[in-house]
This record gives sequence, C-alpha cells and structure tokens, in this order.
Amino acid sequence: MGLRSADRHQAYLAFLGHRISGLALAFFLPLHFLVLGLALEGQARLDGLLAFAAMPAVKAAEWALVVLLALHLGLGLRLLAVEFLAWPGARGARLHWIGRAAGFALSVGLVFLWSILRG
Amino acid sequence: MNEVERTVPATEEGRSLTVRIWRGAQDGEFVSYAVPWRANQTVLDVVTEIQRRIEPALAYRFSCRVGVCGSCAMTVNGKPRWTCRSHVGHVHEDGVLTLEPLRNLPRIKDLVVDMSGFFDKWQQAGGRFSGTATRHDPPAAVDPYSRKRRLADAAIECINCGVCHAACDVVAWKPDYLGPAALNRAWTLVNDERHAGARDTLKRALADGGCCACHTQGGCMAHCPLGLSPTGSIAGLKRLALLEFFKGGR
Ligand code: HEM
Ligand code: SF4
Ligand code: SF4
Ligand code: FES
Repeated sequence: MGLRSADRHQAYLAFLGHRISGLALAFFLPLHFLVLGLALEGQARLDGLLAFAAMPAVKAAEWALVVLLALHLGLGLRLLAVEFLAWPGARGARLHWIGRAAGFALSVGLVFLWSILRG
Repeated sequence: MNEVERTVPATEEGRSLTVRIWRGAQDGEFVSYAVPWRANQTVLDVVTEIQRRIEPALAYRFSCRVGVCGSCAMTVNGKPRWTCRSHVGHVHEDGVLTLEPLRNLPRIKDLVVDMSGFFDKWQQAGGRFSGTATRHDPPAAVDPYSRKRRLADAAIECINCGVCHAACDVVAWKPDYLGPAALNRAWTLVNDERHAGARDTLKRALADGGCCACHTQGGCMAHCPLGLSPTGSIAGLKRLALLEFFKGGR
C-alpha cells in the first residue's frame, strides 16, 4: 500500500532521479575501470573495445550515462546544500534547484551530443 | 474486489457521494457506502454520518474536529490527511472518496491504527523534556529572537498526528527509523535552552535509525497539515551530526 504515484511531489522525483542515476553509475563504473585497465594491458584488446564503444547503440548508452552523471552531480549538490547550508526559510528546501539540476544535465547532454555529431 | 453497497437516501438535490472504506485489520476489504453529498462537509463528517446511519460497527478515531488534537488522520484518496480539516469538495475524485487507515502503522480495525510504536519512537528520540528549575524559581527568560528559539519555534507546533510518519518512505522501508515527527520533536528540544537533557537528546537523534537515515525526500514536509518542515529539522540535526563528527564526539 504505497502512496500513489500521482501524489508524488518534486522532492520525491528528485530522490528517484538521484537513486536511479546513482545505481546506473555504480553499475557502469566497474566496466569503465575494466576498460581503462585494458588500456594499460594491451593494444589489441583495447582497440577491439574502442571499436565496440564506437557502435551507435553503445554511443547512445554512453550519452545516457553522461547525462545521468550530470543529473546525479546536480541533485547531489542540491542535497548537500539542503543538508548543510542554512535554509532560506522554514520550508525553503531549495526545490527550484531540482529544475536547475535537470537543466544542467540536459545542457551537458546537448554539448555531448554536439561533440559526437561533429565527430 | 467484491464490494458491498450500503446506502443512505440522497439529499433533495439527489447527488450522492461514494465512500469506499477499508473494513478489517491487516486483512480486510473495501466496502462501498453511498451518502448524501452536501455542500459543506468534511471527510470526518462523512465517516461520522456512515457510522451513525449505516454502519454502527465502523471504527475510527477523532476528538477535537478542528485540527488541534491530531487523532483523526487517515489515508484519503491515497494521501495522509487530517480528515477533520479536509473539505470533501477539495479531496473527492469524481464523487468518490477512498478511505484507509494511516500508512506505516499496524492496523487495529477499520480506520484505526495502533499509534503506540509511533509514540515510543518519540521517547527513543529523546523527546521527553527534562527541566532543572522548580516551581520556586522564576520563569526562564528565553529571548524570543535568539537563533535557537527561532529554530525551535519553526518546529514547535506539531500535534503528533502521524501524517508525516505515514508519508515517509524511509519509515516504510526501515521499520526502526525514528521518523520525521520524532526527529522534529528532538530538534525542538536540542534548541530549547531550558532542556537539561539536550546532550542525551542529540545523542539519540544521531544514533542508528536516527536523522542520518533520512534521504531528504521531503514527503513529511509536503504533507504536514500545519506546514511544518520535519525535513528542515532533520537537516539541522544532520549538521549537528557533522559537527559532532569533527569534534570527535562520536
Ligand atoms: C559527481 C559527484 C557526485 C556527487 C556530488 C554525489 C552525491 C551524492 C549524495 C549527496 C548522495 C546521498 C543521497 C541520499 O542521501 O539519498 C549520493 C548517493 C549515491 N551516489 Fe553519488 N555523488 C556523486 C557521484 C557518484 C558516482 C560517480 C556514483 C557511482 C559510482 C555514485 C553513486 C551513488 C549511489 C549508488 C548512491 C545511493 C543512492 C541513494 O541512496 O538513493 N555517485 N551521491
Ligand atoms: S510534524 Fe506535522 S504531520 Fe508530523 S506529526 Fe507533527 S503536525 Fe503531524
Ligand atoms: S525528509 Fe526524511 S523524514 Fe521526511 S519524508 Fe523524507 S525521508 Fe522521511
Ligand atoms: S479531530 Fe482533532 S485534529 Fe482532526
């Protein structure tokens, strides 16, 4: 018996965004380090992986991860501000930072997309 | 769900309201009642009408009827609310009200939950005031504009209704989490310069299951009928936790 999703509010959406992006990053990071590790080990395998990473679907996934990292960073900074800075008022939970974090993630995504398209 | 229909004749205008009420305890079912839809009625009025005219065995809880006592909270169309201060016109959905007991507390019967665990958490959070003055001392002179007094004031009006406790997912996920109401109370006491047990209250509020379990989802703040901000109080406790950590207090 949860509260219904339609009754969720901004700060809850921020929580969901933060958790989902955090989990996705946690899942991705070991793979990322694996690739970096291979870079140290041998040219051939790295080249194979880099070719794999250049495939469109893989590029799209990479784009999503960059956006998620930007979102996680933005929402994480809001949480740190909410928890460790003085509040502007009794109910001033810096909700407008949520939109800013989303906007920041989106613009990082656009810049990344632009750099991919430019080759 | 196989729902039963029970009815009171509609008013002259003929409009009637469908009220689905949880009957039973942990196990139970929704029963539908139809009652006259009046221009001015609260959700609590509707529950009372059903109990007086259709279902005498319906169990629910209330006292003051005006948002002072904190006993009438229920889940109304999916949200925790004071039923006595919820106008039917503002909360019905296409003429339907779905009423359930408050979330995150054991159900006793129908709309009544067992609040004892909720109150126990207030004690666990160090929520009991202990003074040092006697009746022979003059009243404490607390500067109303001091920083600490203003912090306490912002959180002090809580009436223990349990709405925030029901709104919080962390309470649902982690049953030993003290919850927003108990931690909000602890925050007022930590800022009360007359409270002799401030260190103890702080230690309890920072312990396992205390303020650091909160994920700042803000459900408590979004639902508190008084517009209090347990989220803010808990953030205050977290700041103190960090200070304690750097001081090597814990
Ligand atoms: C970029 C800088 C980052 C900042 C500012 C940041 C900040 C935070 C903060 C404040 C929390 C606590 C959230 C809460 O109380 O609910 C958190 C949770 C978390 N972070 Fe990050 N983080 C960053 C990078 C990362 C990275 C790179 C990963 C992936 C390995 C990651 C994975 C997680 C996970 C899995 C959680 C738990 C999510 C939850 O409890 O809902 N974070 N982060
Ligand atoms: S903080 Fe608000 S919602 Fe929570 S118990 Fe107190 S009055 Fe009720
Ligand atoms: S701010 Fe903390 S206490 Fe309040 S609903 Fe969210 S998780 Fe629960
Ligand atoms: S009956 Fe007292 S608060 Fe609703």
